[in-house]
Amino acid sequence: MTTSSDWRPTAPLQHLQQRARILARIRAFFAERGVMEVETPVLSTAAITDPHIESFATRYTGPGHAPGTMLYLHTSPEFPMKRLLAAGSGPIYQLGKVFRQGEAGRRHNPEFTLLEWYRPGFDHHALMDEVAALAAPLLGLEGRCVEKLSYQEAFLRHAAIDPLAASPDELKACARGLGISGFDDESERNVWLDLILTHAVEPQLGRDGLCFIHDYPASQAALARLNPAKPQLAERFELYYRGVELANGFHELADAGEQRKRFVAELEARKEQGLDMVPLDERLLAALEAGFPPCAGVALGVDRLVMLALGAESLAEVMAFTIDNC
Amino acid sequence: MATYSTSEFKRGLKIMLDGDPYNIVENEFVKPGKGQAFNRVRVRNLKTGRVIERTFKSGETVEAADVMDTDMQYLYNDGEAYHFMHPESFEQIAADASAIGDEAKWLKEQDMCIVTLWNGVPISVTPPNHVILTVVETDPGVRGDTATGGTKPAICDTGAVVQVPLFIDVGDLLKVDTRSGEYVSRAKE
Repeated sequence: MTTSSDWRPTAPLQHLQQRARILARIRAFFAERGVMEVETPVLSTAAITDPHIESFATRYTGPGHAPGTMLYLHTSPEFPMKRLLAAGSGPIYQLGKVFRQGEAGRRHNPEFTLLEWYRPGFDHHALMDEVAALAAPLLGLEGRCVEKLSYQEAFLRHAAIDPLAASPDELKACARGLGISGFDDESERNVWLDLILTHAVEPQLGRDGLCFIHDYPASQAALARLNPAKPQLAERFELYYRGVELANGFHELADAGEQRKRFVAELEARKEQGLDMVPLDERLLAALEAGFPPCAGVALGVDRLVMLALGAESLAEVMAFTIDNC
Repeated sequence: MATYSTSEFKRGLKIMLDGDPYNIVENEFVKPGKGQAFNRVRVRNLKTGRVIERTFKSGETVEAADVMDTDMQYLYNDGEAYHFMHPESFEQIAADASAIGDEAKWLKEQDMCIVTLWNGVPISVTPPNHVILTVVETDPGVRGDTATGGTKPAICDTGAVVQVPLFIDVGDLLKVDTRSGEYVSRAKE
């Protein structure tokens, strides 16, 4: 819908000034720690295979590509940044726009600003500490206690269920007890876990300060290593503040064979669900094959960080323009 | 059968749930970073007015409810049904007491109302925001008392009971806000 005031920014200019200051402070934080800023292409011939993340697709025609080449807008700069790491870049960060199809709402916009960084030699716990060191001062939480809960502890505390041991039927009964109706034929464990997470657990996380959730079920590992001693757990974490998910990090999977298996399994899931079949990233796999430094990496939603830092309720209040007036 | 996908969800959209028509009051997109996306909605049952919460997997489709709001004039109540007329086509329609519910006390003959039709059958009626009612019973008016701020109940010609200032008398006309049920002012014919 176009109206006469539609050209105006959705955020007050004062918010955009504060946003600019936060971006400057983020860059200063990394400069001080010797983490190099990098830029990788937004366009890629490969796309993420995760069935829960949809890429925008476009076509390039031009010199060398006369018949046209399908290109995907990145949903995170993870794969090319990992190629830089494999090439020996050392610690790197990137601050830029990423694109995700189908995601819009109070806390989602299909185009948003992501801060992503990688730390060779760190595990997920060391990286959680660094995430807290960056985020706490920006959110006015310096000196406040940082909570770390395992995924299991968070569910036990806020939904009184063990997410690792419960059967799909037990998860369903728990969801019913929380007032979640529908989903009568749902048998997928992860859907029940996500329902309980979004309805009951997340709103309770980080009420008074930063809260990290770590050690996710292996079925939700994404690109994290599995815990060598407890392979039912993935070395993945998320950061929450005031019920809002701010960051997702991994002790990164470095095994090319395992990575290929996960890509293929995700493509299978895509096929089953009737989603677009996308080309998997062979260059990432080749880089992992060539030798990838043990490292941890994290992606942090900058718009949400600014929203929380300013006490705003929606992304529109801290973005110049959104999908509704772009 | 018309359907809506969750990406069409917005305030005011009419959908079918468990065999009843509902109106979407609030729609929130929620998604864990690496997991299933959901649309979490608050919906109002158009027959009972009850508001409930529902969650859908994003991408799911839901049956559309054939619900239409029509401006119609209230004619009369024959003891069994309330009769309304379309002001242009003069088409008449009868709504039973369950569709009218508590709003009956605001219905005055000839007033324009919004009649909500589901599959052509009236399921609810919204009276005008303000109606003019006549006081038929109240304690005697305290003349000149416009300052004390006291109130008393007054029974109106439609049966509605409204809290009114002390100076109001039987036979006075009142302007009443039907959304809050509150007295607004004295009115003239």
